[in-house]
This record gives sequence, C-alpha cells and structure tokens, in this order.
Amino acid sequence: MAQKYDAIIIGGGHNGLVTAACLGKAGHSVLVLEQRQILGGAAATEETFPGFKMNTGAHNAGLFRSEIIAELNLRNHGLDFVESPVTAFAPQPDGRFLTMWRDPQKIRAEIGRFSEADAEKFPDFVRLVTAITGVLDDVVTSTPPKLTNNSTAELFPWLQVGLNLKRLGKHDMMEFMRVLPMTVVEFMDEWFESEVVQGVLGAAGVTGSLQGPQASGTAFVMLYHYLGAAAGSFKASRFVRGGIGQLSAALADAARGYGVEIRTGAEVAQIIVDDNQAAGVMLADGEQISARAVVSNADPRRTLFGLVGAPRLEPRLMRRVRNIRFKGTTAKINLALSNLPRFTCLEKSKIQNPKSKIYLGGHIIINPNLEYLERAYDDAKYGDFSERPYLDAVIPSVLDSSLAPDGQHVMSITMQYAPYHLRNGTWDEQREALGDKVIDTLAEYAPNLKDIILHRQVITPLDWERDYGLTEGGIFHGQMGLDQLLFMRPIAGYGQYRTPIDDLYLCGAGTHPGGGVTGAPGYNAAREVLKDLKR
Amino acid sequence: MPIPTPFYTRASALCESYEWHNWSGYLAAGLYEPSHEREYFAVRNAAALFDVTPLFKYEVSGPDALRLVNRVMTRNVAKCKVGQVMYSPWCDEDGKIIDDGTVSRLDENRFRITAADPSLYWFQDCGYGMDATVIDVSTALAALALQGPHARDILKTFVTGVDLDNLKYFQFTEAQANGFPLTISRTGYTGDLGYELWTAPENAEQLWDILLDRGRGYGLAPAGLTALDIVRIEAGLLLIEVDFISAHKALIESQKSSPFEVGLGWTVALDKADFVGRRPLLAEKKAGPKWQFVGLEIDWVFLEELFDTVGLPPQVTGRASRAAVPIYKNGKQIGQATSHTFSPVLKKYVAIGTVESRYASLGSQVEIEVTVEYSREKAKATIVRTPFFNPERKRN
Repeated sequence: MAQKYDAIIIGGGHNGLVTAACLGKAGHSVLVLEQRQILGGAAATEETFPGFKMNTGAHNAGLFRSEIIAELNLRNHGLDFVESPVTAFAPQPDGRFLTMWRDPQKIRAEIGRFSEADAEKFPDFVRLVTAITGVLDDVVTSTPPKLTNNSTAELFPWLQVGLNLKRLGKHDMMEFMRVLPMTVVEFMDEWFESEVVQGVLGAAGVTGSLQGPQASGTAFVMLYHYLGAAAGSFKASRFVRGGIGQLSAALADAARGYGVEIRTGAEVAQIIVDDNQAAGVMLADGEQISARAVVSNADPRRTLFGLVGAPRLEPRLMRRVRNIRFKGTTAKINLALSNLPRFTCLEKSKIQNPKSKIYLGGHIIINPNLEYLERAYDDAKYGDFSERPYLDAVIPSVLDSSLAPDGQHVMSITMQYAPYHLRNGTWDEQREALGDKVIDTLAEYAPNLKDIILHRQVITPLDWERDYGLTEGGIFHGQMGLDQLLFMRPIAGYGQYRTPIDDLYLCGAGTHPGGGVTGAPGYNAAREVLKDLKR
Repeated sequence: MPIPTPFYTRASALCESYEWHNWSGYLAAGLYEPSHEREYFAVRNAAALFDVTPLFKYEVSGPDALRLVNRVMTRNVAKCKVGQVMYSPWCDEDGKIIDDGTVSRLDENRFRITAADPSLYWFQDCGYGMDATVIDVSTALAALALQGPHARDILKTFVTGVDLDNLKYFQFTEAQANGFPLTISRTGYTGDLGYELWTAPENAEQLWDILLDRGRGYGLAPAGLTALDIVRIEAGLLLIEVDFISAHKALIESQKSSPFEVGLGWTVALDKADFVGRRPLLAEKKAGPKWQFVGLEIDWVFLEELFDTVGLPPQVTGRASRAAVPIYKNGKQIGQATSHTFSPVLKKYVAIGTVESRYASLGSQVEIEVTVEYSREKAKATIVRTPFFNPERKRN
C-alpha cells in the first residue's frame, strides 16, 4: 500500500474539512479524499450556469460554530459573512406580509401588526429561546456520554451542561425539559395567537424531517435552528460572502496551511478492513492508501454498508444501521434570474425597488400557517410531493453581487416535502413536475417570477443520493428525531464518533449534534480521533 | 393449537396412546402404544419411523450462498462437498449458541439448513448485503426419520436410483420411490444407522404407507418423541431448551452457552474467515471455557444401596428426564445434569450435563442428585466419554 497517513478523511464536506484541519493543526499527517471535483459536499457553491454561483446544497451558515472560526482562524482564510437586516420575509396569501428584522424592536412592531398580544409576549419568548439554546450550545460541542460504563472524564463536559441547566433556574429548567419533546404546533400555540407568526417561527421545526409540525420533537428541531440566532430573530441566519462554498474553501485553505493534503476527484470505493480494524482505503481506480485512522464524512449507512460492507458488521449492529431513518424529504430548486422577483404584497404596500430589495435579502418563507405545513406533510406521508409546498427561498445575490452578473440574481429555494420514496413514478420522471410546482407556488406571490428565470436546476432527494452521496437524499445524514440524537446518533451505543470497526470514525452530520452547516460533528470527531491517535 | 403434519392421517390412526406433543406448532406423537418400550427397541434392534416434519427448513441460494452459510455456521462449510451434510451449531455475536442443525450442500451455490427454532430472520440478517437468498421451505418438505439397524434393508425394497450401500454417513442423495422423488440423507438423531427422507407433502402419505408395508417384515415401528429422547441421550446428542438454551431465548447471560461449553468445540473453525461470534470464541478458546459438557454413568450398585435404605429397588424414570439435577464434587455443586435416562440397551443409568471445566476430566468421580422417597440424596457417578452407545453400523 501507498504512503501511510495518520488519518484519511473520506469526503471533503464542511465537516470532513473541519476534522482534517483540526487533526492537521495537531501535527498529524492527513489526507482528504473527495469524490467530486469540488469541495464542500452539500455546502458548496457551484457555477451551475455560467456567471451564476449557486449554493447548490445548504445556503445558510448561521449555525456555523464560532469556536471553529476562531480555532482555525478562518477569517484569515477568506471567510466573511453577510448579514441581512431582514432575516425573514413571509408574504401571505391575503396580501399581507410579516417581516422578521434583525433588530428586536422592529420585530416587535412588526408582530404587533398581526397581534398585539403576540408582540407583547415576544420578548419573553425570545428570553426563553435564548435560555434553552444557551444550554444546547454546550451540548452541541460535547461528545455524548455512552450512558453505560461512563468514565468521569467522559462525563466531565456534561457537568457544564448540567450546571448551565441548573443556572436556568427552576422554571426555565422545567421548560427546557418540557419543551424539547413537544410538537412545534403546541409549542407555538402556547405562545402566539397569530397563525402567521406561528407559521414563520415554527416552520424551522420540520427542517429536513419527514414529519409534520404536529409530530413530537419538532419543537427541538425548531430550537436547534435557533442556535446562535441573533436576539431570537428568525432562526440563525447569515450568508457567506461569495457563497457558502467559500466557507468550505476557507476550511480547505486552513487545512492545507496545516499540511493537510486534499485530493478531489478521488472516489473511495472501499474502506480496507482487516480483522475488524480499518487499515486504509481503496480508491475506485484501485489505488490503496493506508492510515492509522480512517474518518468518514459520508453518512453512517453509506460508510458502514457501502464502504465497509454490511456483512462485516455484527448482525445486531447491522440492524441498527439499517434502521436509521434517512427518508430524505427536501428538494432544492436553484434559479438564475434576470432580475429580482416582484412580490405583490410589497408592491401593494408601495414598497418598490430599491427599497423592496432589503426585504429579499433574508429568507423568503412561504408557510402561511402551521396547518398549511401539516397539510404539506400529509401528501408526503403517502408518498407524494406537497401539493402546497413549504418554501424557504433566498436570494443571496441581493447582498453579494459577486454571485451573479450585474443586475442579475441567484435564487435558491428549499422545498418540503419531497419524499424520497415516491408512491407513483420515479424522481427522474417527477423532477420537472416538482420544479413547476415550486415555481407556480412562489409565482402566486411574485407573479413575474416565471418571466425572469434564465436557468433552473431541480435537485430531488434522488439527486442528493446520486450526486452528493446522501443516503435516501437525507440532507441531515439521518433524520433529527428524538430517537436519533445524542448518544443514539448515528446508532445507539456509538455516539462517540467511533464505529464498530476499530480505527474507523464518523465525522459527518450523521453524528452528534446532527445536520446543518455547524461544523460541530467534524469538530467533535477530531477531538475523539486525536485522543486515540495519541495512544 | 398445534396443526397436523402431512403424515397425521396415518400417524393418528396408529396412535393408541393419544399422547401428542406440540413440536414447533405441529402435533407430534409422544408414543404410539401405551408404552414406549417397543418403539425404543425398534430403534436399536429393528427400525423405527419418526415424523420429523416439524423441523424448520431453509434454503440458501445465490452466488454468495456459501459466504452466507459460512458466516452463520461455526463449522467451515466450504469443506462441505455437494452431496454432503454437515452438523453445525450457530452463534450470536457473543459466541453463544443460538441453535444447531444440519447443512446439506445441494449444489455449489445452494444449501438446505435444518433448525429447531425459526431462523429465517437471523439467516437473512447475517446475509444482509450479500448476493444470496434465504427462503423458508419448512412447509414445502415433509420429513421422516427411518432409524435402526434394518433401516437400509427397508429402503432397498422400494427406493431406486441410488446406491444405498455407498451412501456414507452424513451424505445425501436424490432418489425415486414408487414414482415420486425424495431426498435421502444418512442422518438422524438416534446415533444409530439411519436415514432421513425428505419429500413434497403430497407424497407424504404414500411414503408412509410404503415404509410401513415394506417394514413389516423387519419389525418396523412408528415411534414417538419419548423413545427418541432416550436414544438421543444414549447418543450423547444435545436437545435445545433442555441441554442448552438458545442465546435468543435466554433470560440472563449465564443461561447462554458457547459451543466450547457444550462439547461442540470441535465444530468451531476459528481458522476460517470471519463468522458471527468468531472474536469472542477465539478469546474463549485462548482463556479456556468455564464449563464443559460431560457424560455421566451413575453407579448402579450404589443406587441400589441408596434405595435399599428405604426398602425399594431403584426407582428410576422409565422415560428420559429433562429435569436438571445438580452434580457435586466433594459436596460442592460443580454443575448440572440436564438430561438423564436409564438406557435399556446398556443397562445403565446415564446422564449428560455441564460441569466446571476443572472437574470435567474423564474418569473423575462425582455425585449426582437423586430423590429417594422425597429425600434428596447424592449418588456416585463417573465422568465418561460420550456417546454412551455408538454402534459400528452407524457409520458402516
């Protein structure tokens, strides 16, 4: 076998790059192998159409951990954020619209237009969310305990979590325990009377999930997306200048600075396992490379079934991996636009370009209420894509002109629900119908949309799987249900980034804390790999 | 409510005892006559016919069939030639026995496995990700065991297309009988010369009728589980849920057994490629098993003396006993006898069981619990080699 590295990272997604950089920084020899020609995985910016830089997968970097930015000095590697004063703009079917401003005072006034009671409660809601996410914040960057035979050292970081929880005081601590497993519908019902406010705030609770807002645990998912949110505005939201791919590029640059080698177009065909121990990898072209540790950024099933092989796992562990719920449910429609869409509600209110532009710099949310969201899920439950989909669209070129030619724009629309397992037909047959459905829906609010589309790319769950390697198109490498979190992520008993195969680790979104562009799984995994490499 | 096997119409007509057992959901005769003795002696002196249809049967086929079967079984099935049968246990991830059965290699890439318990899910999961298919053929095959010194003679009177004299122990062959096909394997659960006959359920009654007809002159008797239980102890063969508990059914860890602990160490091919349970079995082999399987011969003279104290001749069970009793050494319990029986052929009281490894040496003197008029006593016993009864004809 060829040269022996301390660690091989399979997959140059953002988490893989975080792990690589952290291991490189600790002085280890590291090789990153990325199958695609471009780094970043599902956090990449691609020039899908000439002159238009698309965030093909994720577009929001609001969840990315500040400690990683500091530790890897990413700002010196070209990372820069763009923050819109408007985090969310939600046009309503009745011609009204709700705007979530980054400025708390402005939000309050805005909510007051829909309900004075809700506006009054909003500061208290923000306080609770901040308290809860404050505790979750430490959880996210700690390795989950095993729960069986815990050593003191393992539990130590959780002491801090416990202390923070205690520090919330009796009332908030109770709320923390009570709220996380709740349904987002009930959580929102407890706080707000306006269905518009509920719809905008609560929609995050179903992100990437094949569940409706009436499912248990959706309150947790909602709060997860508020981690690090500015003063309780609309979830954590900010963009990377130059596209989210620049985050991956900064990570890669930092990693290279620590001596990490990165190869793109290098498809790993197999993890070489000898007597239950990972010894290295074999590439699709037959090249074999050995390493002391193999760290996979691919999802747990793809890693353990696809690259290791199910028959190498004990049947009881194979079953757990087989049972991971992926069930991709998210589609993405990327558009190259000749101009900005004109929203009827803004025009009616006499808010026109350039003043209207400010409203389009954040997330454009089409989810009039949580009932609408539940109905959208009802279709998916039976294997159809939503007749009335929930849309979360962004036009990052509003604030970052480098993404599109002068005066033109890029728009990315995240759509739910598009179930991986279709009742009728295949995604290859349904792809364009889905694209049409999304455009039609958005055009109800911005009628000029159809006239300004220059190019359109529709990414279905099948495409996530085929082109991005996401099993069943699951953008989070496994759903973020309560049963697939913490020490149960990716599978019960293996929540510490190690796998049933010795010297094989996972560092992707399939591990704790889960999906989204947080960098936390990669960061936590690096810490565990480093411990073992010291031995 | 157990259901009838394809032989039920014939078996029930002869079952004077009306003693039926539930064997894997099927009605299985305990014995046909009011006493099992003729059936027992038919096995050892003539021939006996057992309905073994309730065994679970699976077929594994496909390019990875061997890989799958070899991943399940502790024995190296790669060494099993087409036409050969192998006995093997299979273990869970911790190297504890789940079940045991026979593996017949029907073809390069096709195997038939018998099992005592439902195993489809387990076999399929062990083969998940392999290019092989496991199907349950339990109801597609009716099965009879023809066991005893005259078994071959009886078969020869009606079976064609096969050279029975050259069908060796643990081999099988396809044959014809009165115009219908059947598979004949030289296997059984009696430790005697014997065959197992496998055929489609629609031929079942016909097969039974021919056998009873041709067997008449040879002293053939249909036999039930009561006789079978005695002969299998004489042969030193284990019975699931009696001599060991399936790892999938054990309630606590200590109820589970590894192959090394129940005398099946010879079936563990640690040198073959990975199989389920290999790692822990390798470690156990290195460290030495905690328990060992033993055969016990109870001192009959001592037993007579023991019962004489209350003025009785030895009151030993006429049937095999499945009630485990403690085994002692110097007054301290060292294990338990899980099956015991009086062997009419050997005129000995024998038992099989498990003792701590350090007490397991052959010839070692131990004590076994017997109950003499409600009083628990200890009878002298010797650890002996199994099988207790192992006639030449079994293999010849």
